[in-house]
Amino acid sequence: MLQPEVKDALIHVLGKAYIADTEEQRIAYSYDGTPGFSAEPDAVVRPGSTQDVQEVVKICRQYGVPIVPRGSGTNLCAGTTPTYGGVVMVFTRMKDILEVDQENLTMTVQPGVTTLEIVQRAEAEGLFYPPDPSSMKISTIGGNINENSGGLRGLKYGVTKDYVLGLEAVMSDGSCIRTGGKLAKDVAGYDFTKLLTGSEGTLGIVTEAVLKLVPPPPVKKTMLALYPSMEYAAASVSGIIASKIIPATLEFLDQPTMEAVEAYAQVGLPVEAGALLLIEQDGEEELVDRHMAQMKEVCEKNHAFSVKMAASAEEAAALTEARRSALTALARRRPTTMLEDATVPRSKIAEMVRFIEKTAAAHQVEICTFGHAGDGNLHPTCMTDVRDQEEMARVEAAFEDIFAEAVRLGGTITGEHGVGEMKSPYLAWKLGESGVVAMKAVKQALDPDNIMNPGKLFAGDTRNRVSLGGDR
Amino acid sequence: MSIQQDFQEHVDYEELMNCTRCGFCLPACPTYLHTDGNEASSPRGRIALMKAVADGRKEPDEEVEAQLQECLGCRACEPACPSGVPYGQLLEQARTVIEKHKKHSLPVKVLRGATFGWMFLSQKRMNRVHQMRRLYEKTPLQQLMRRTNAFALLPGEAAVMEKVIPKAVPASRIRSVPKQEKAETTEQINVAFFRGCLMSTMFAETNENTRYVLRRSGCNIVHPEAQECCGALHAHGGEEERAKALARQNIEAFEAVEADVIISNAGGCGAALKDYPFLLRDDPEFKERAKVFAEKSMDVSTLLDRLDLPPMQYDAEVVTYQPSCHLENVMKEKGHVESLLRGIEGVSYTAMPQKEQCCGSAGIYNLIQPKMAMRILDRKMKDVSLTRASVIITSNPGCLLQMKAGIEREGLSGEVRAEHIMDFTAEAIRRAEKEAATSV
Repeated sequence: MLQPEVKDALIHVLGKAYIADTEEQRIAYSYDGTPGFSAEPDAVVRPGSTQDVQEVVKICRQYGVPIVPRGSGTNLCAGTTPTYGGVVMVFTRMKDILEVDQENLTMTVQPGVTTLEIVQRAEAEGLFYPPDPSSMKISTIGGNINENSGGLRGLKYGVTKDYVLGLEAVMSDGSCIRTGGKLAKDVAGYDFTKLLTGSEGTLGIVTEAVLKLVPPPPVKKTMLALYPSMEYAAASVSGIIASKIIPATLEFLDQPTMEAVEAYAQVGLPVEAGALLLIEQDGEEELVDRHMAQMKEVCEKNHAFSVKMAASAEEAAALTEARRSALTALARRRPTTMLEDATVPRSKIAEMVRFIEKTAAAHQVEICTFGHAGDGNLHPTCMTDVRDQEEMARVEAAFEDIFAEAVRLGGTITGEHGVGEMKSPYLAWKLGESGVVAMKAVKQALDPDNIMNPGKLFAGDTRNRVSLGGDR
Repeated sequence: MSIQQDFQEHVDYEELMNCTRCGFCLPACPTYLHTDGNEASSPRGRIALMKAVADGRKEPDEEVEAQLQECLGCRACEPACPSGVPYGQLLEQARTVIEKHKKHSLPVKVLRGATFGWMFLSQKRMNRVHQMRRLYEKTPLQQLMRRTNAFALLPGEAAVMEKVIPKAVPASRIRSVPKQEKAETTEQINVAFFRGCLMSTMFAETNENTRYVLRRSGCNIVHPEAQECCGALHAHGGEEERAKALARQNIEAFEAVEADVIISNAGGCGAALKDYPFLLRDDPEFKERAKVFAEKSMDVSTLLDRLDLPPMQYDAEVVTYQPSCHLENVMKEKGHVESLLRGIEGVSYTAMPQKEQCCGSAGIYNLIQPKMAMRILDRKMKDVSLTRASVIITSNPGCLLQMKAGIEREGLSGEVRAEHIMDFTAEAIRRAEKEAATSV
């Protein structure tokens, strides 16, 4: 519970309607999209302006109350669970699109706007905002920025950080800074825009963002290739990139995922298929046609036994069905679905997928893998049950092996979900001890009282394992 | 048994655990959107509250009850859920437990007893209530009530609702439905007709039109006499035992007749019929029979979409469609009403934005949660106006009344009207027939 004087001070700033500490609210804001993690906040605050945020931060700093900024709570790294209590700050009152600037191709938004609203507004203005995390229908831009969310278009278009030009943020002392701007070039000092993007709310609270928009591609075409094995699919990926083509989408499903999809949706995947690639290209029609023809050739050369090109939007939708229903098909098998995002250089995809298969078998857990073949971002997905502690221990052991292997192959423990509380024990595996020390120094400098989303990124204890990355 | 124990025993904990809290249900939930994104007013939040009660973390107090009551039960969260959590069933289980332990005030007890325990339990009583309504309309009482604005004293939108319910047809027309009807064109299929307690009284004309469309589309119709109310209102209101009794009665009534399919013309009823296997899952005698019954059940629009239909035509009008949530989310029968509309010559169908969002009617929701219902409705009417449609088609009586109330509230009664898809289709067939007759 909040101390009475803290609560009174917050009521004084926000008004009674915008701070809630009922049991209902504390339960409803105790979790996010991450299985197995939850912690109740002492209260939920709903600021209506940057100034409100500043005042709340000052009060929290004075009394040492943790602040957890939260969008729609769809993240998969326990990034918004209030590990040490405190206040959850939600931005449902700060959800305006403030401006679309057609001359500078930017959109200025408040943190509570949903990704979908941004995409739709850009479209309505004849422009394009590419980042498309799979929760985009409800995820907020504030959450996307804090987690530096990715999506299906990462390979060609990049991720959230590539579209954040400037930020307004409230720092832990209650001051407000503005970084970057409507600028393609800006080297005035440290790049705080990039630093805050992906900082998981541990350095400051984003209260406004200037986003980059791009002209939309006029056409998009879709193709589906089926392979007897993952190795051939991976060879196609390498082949496509080697022929100097960067497709808009390059997604894969492994054999166990296809089996699950077929069992769930009967989309007509043949049993002999060992891997699937979904390939899309967008741009000027002539170029798209040429790329699609070239890519088809690469796929066939690499032993794809079926390559289908969609002739219409309906056909394209049918081809993407298997990929779209992957998560649903997997999620229905067991009570708990753990969706991870170990990422490797794209040249190592086949090797990594094979390793995951072996690891799952060795630990006797069910893991299917799908994901973004083009950028090496895999989604090994484990179907399990959080109530079964013995099985959960095996799941954790399997994922530890997977994280370690990803780092060994030159990859990372998380490509797009973030570290949060969940992966904090593994951060040092990727960064090395000195890497963690350097990051902690930044955290210490900007948030000396550790009130900004404490308990995230940095774990009390790193998992024991021979150091894998970072340290040289 | 304490309410806590009861909760643990009767709310399916396995299914509560199946919620992985991914949040994909949030954008589909009307109450989440209309509370400016209050997590506790979302399906994920309500499941978390139910789980907190089952875990002993929270008392099943007013807070929990208020959230369970605020839910429309539109079940739009179910198709959005990757894990396939049967949210609607969890909601009904939780409501049943809370209802069982609740001490209602005397007037509420009397009202609940009269509706759930008396009126909606028997078709005969429904008919009697209908006669009383007819009497009310035929005597100066209605005029008096309207002139004195007496309905304004009642809670919610009673005054608007009193205006928009259809005029009562003479009781003789309700009684005169034959046991069997022959197809009036080439025979295509044998259907058993689920008449529905409200559809056969308050909306008797819609039922007449439905039968006409079926006959003209090659359907032989049989009307099982012993059928009763589907039990939807009972199940949604936490009166599970009464819902079960009605389900058993209906299964027996339809087993007594020969038919290929069982047809209903109200999404709310159809969904209740489809849910019988769940409702009777612990009943060894009826479990399997309920499955057979549910598999045979479908909405009339779904059946018609499969049949060869007679010519249909209408004035050049723009129509839009407010789908019944239970037709789409529970029966999972989508797109057939739109397909029927596209088949009518002259009419141009325009989809309204966010049509999959509930209209706020939700059974008797608009009577018990009028504030939220009207907030949802006002938003809905904005979406309707974007289509510039002069007709709003519906596929469920609750939605129909709600749309009529919306038209009334917006002061559009001269320009826009709301119709049940079967009334509209029947009229289109009649017009085409008339046209054919005059052109010969």
